[in-house]
Amino acid sequence: MAKRVGIEVSLAIAEAAKLANTDVVAAYPITPQTHIVEHLAKLVADGELDAAYIPVESEHSAMSACLGASATGARTFTATAGQGLELMHEVLYVASSMQFPIVMAVANRALSSPLSVWGDHSDVMAVRDTGWIQIFVENGQEAVDNVLCAFRIGEDPKVLLPVMVHLDGFYLSHVIEPVLFPEQGLVDKFIPPYQHPMPLHPDKPVTMGAFGPPVIYAETKKAQEVNLRASKEIILQCWAEFGKTFQRHYSPIESYRTEGARVLLLTMGSFSETAMTAIDKMRDKGKEVGLVRIRLWRPFPFEEFRQAVRNADVLVVVDRALSFGGPGGPVCSEVRSALYGEKQKPKVVSFIAGLGGRDITPAGFEEIVERGIEIAQKGSENEFEIFGVRG
Amino acid sequence: MTKPESEFTWKDLEIGGIVAEPGNASQYQTGDWRSQRPILDTDKCIKCGLCYIFCPEGCIEQNADGYFEANLFYCKGCGICARECWVKAITMVPEEE
Repeated sequence: MAKRVGIEVSLAIAEAAKLANTDVVAAYPITPQTHIVEHLAKLVADGELDAAYIPVESEHSAMSACLGASATGARTFTATAGQGLELMHEVLYVASSMQFPIVMAVANRALSSPLSVWGDHSDVMAVRDTGWIQIFVENGQEAVDNVLCAFRIGEDPKVLLPVMVHLDGFYLSHVIEPVLFPEQGLVDKFIPPYQHPMPLHPDKPVTMGAFGPPVIYAETKKAQEVNLRASKEIILQCWAEFGKTFQRHYSPIESYRTEGARVLLLTMGSFSETAMTAIDKMRDKGKEVGLVRIRLWRPFPFEEFRQAVRNADVLVVVDRALSFGGPGGPVCSEVRSALYGEKQKPKVVSFIAGLGGRDITPAGFEEIVERGIEIAQKGSENEFEIFGVRG
Repeated sequence: MTKPESEFTWKDLEIGGIVAEPGNASQYQTGDWRSQRPILDTDKCIKCGLCYIFCPEGCIEQNADGYFEANLFYCKGCGICARECWVKAITMVPEEE
């Protein structure tokens, strides 16, 4: 039987990496990711996880070591946050284009300056186009489940791509939650051994990461793009299989009380649970509102997204990052482009909120929805509003 | 490589752009980067092999007569051989001449 335990989500993620029989962990500690890799280091030191733990001097080296490990066919895990994710930025592209199925938990954090260790999605949005599969989770259980799924998805021979599992720093990483840990036997069956078709091996030498002159570079990028888009099919299959095995179900776009909703709120990550409370309250008051959450951020689930929002009049998007000088929040601008060519579509209103650890309460979400409806009706001079900002 | 890179479509590429055939960099013509080429004056050359040692491309070979000559398929025309040759037997000549 699966065991339900009260555990800090960071530790639960480390336990999930252990359940997945991770071979190599290369990581550098950074708030609010620290407890994940600290616990993994302990599991390895105590002999509970038979893995190589590579303590490195920076995140750039962490991701580089992960490349090497994954290239040899080792199951590889790491975790980071905020500035750490930025420091490994250039290597992220290498991981995806060389098709190494590294799994990385990202405890989402704001970016300096001013220095902030608190949560928002600035770090995620900066690595949006790095070619990784990216999944958002909302609670500890989802974090554990999706770390397991991430290995299976990424290592699928038809995919072979790295996967980021995004969890909100502190809001999720440092919270103690009840988590069901699946049985080892079932996990072993669920995640088959990782077999890279052409690993680095002296018996059959290959060149990885060769240079690509203009005559071939575009072809490599086309192949990469097609592969990332096609991975959605495998992701759907994985979640379906996960649901059958463990009775917990995931989909790329998740809806909450959207039946007959004229107004939809759109969120990503742990704030979605607070938003659900707000939706409940508004529904109690008889308001036709619902919530849509993006779980699969890359590859972006266009079809499912359009399906989920097409019948609404207003879509209020809450971003937790700024696109400085740009067209509003990064999520909102993607959502707008996804809907631009559609005949039937809601009016899209953009809010930025929850920056650098600023809470959004259920009352806050209610206020955002009300203001969003007002903007949709009367229009606004601004491309977007930063909710709750003083002055 | 079984066919030139220019004939590869995106579907022909190995996973992650892996090059599965070792040593095929030798088929890559770096000589067309060259804007000037080395000309060897065999009257001055003493066959010491210093140019061979200094060539960063490793494209200088000793021929049947014992002279060291650059393989123009690879020679990038950097001119290091001409700079290092102590008897001034190598002259760099612009490619258009």
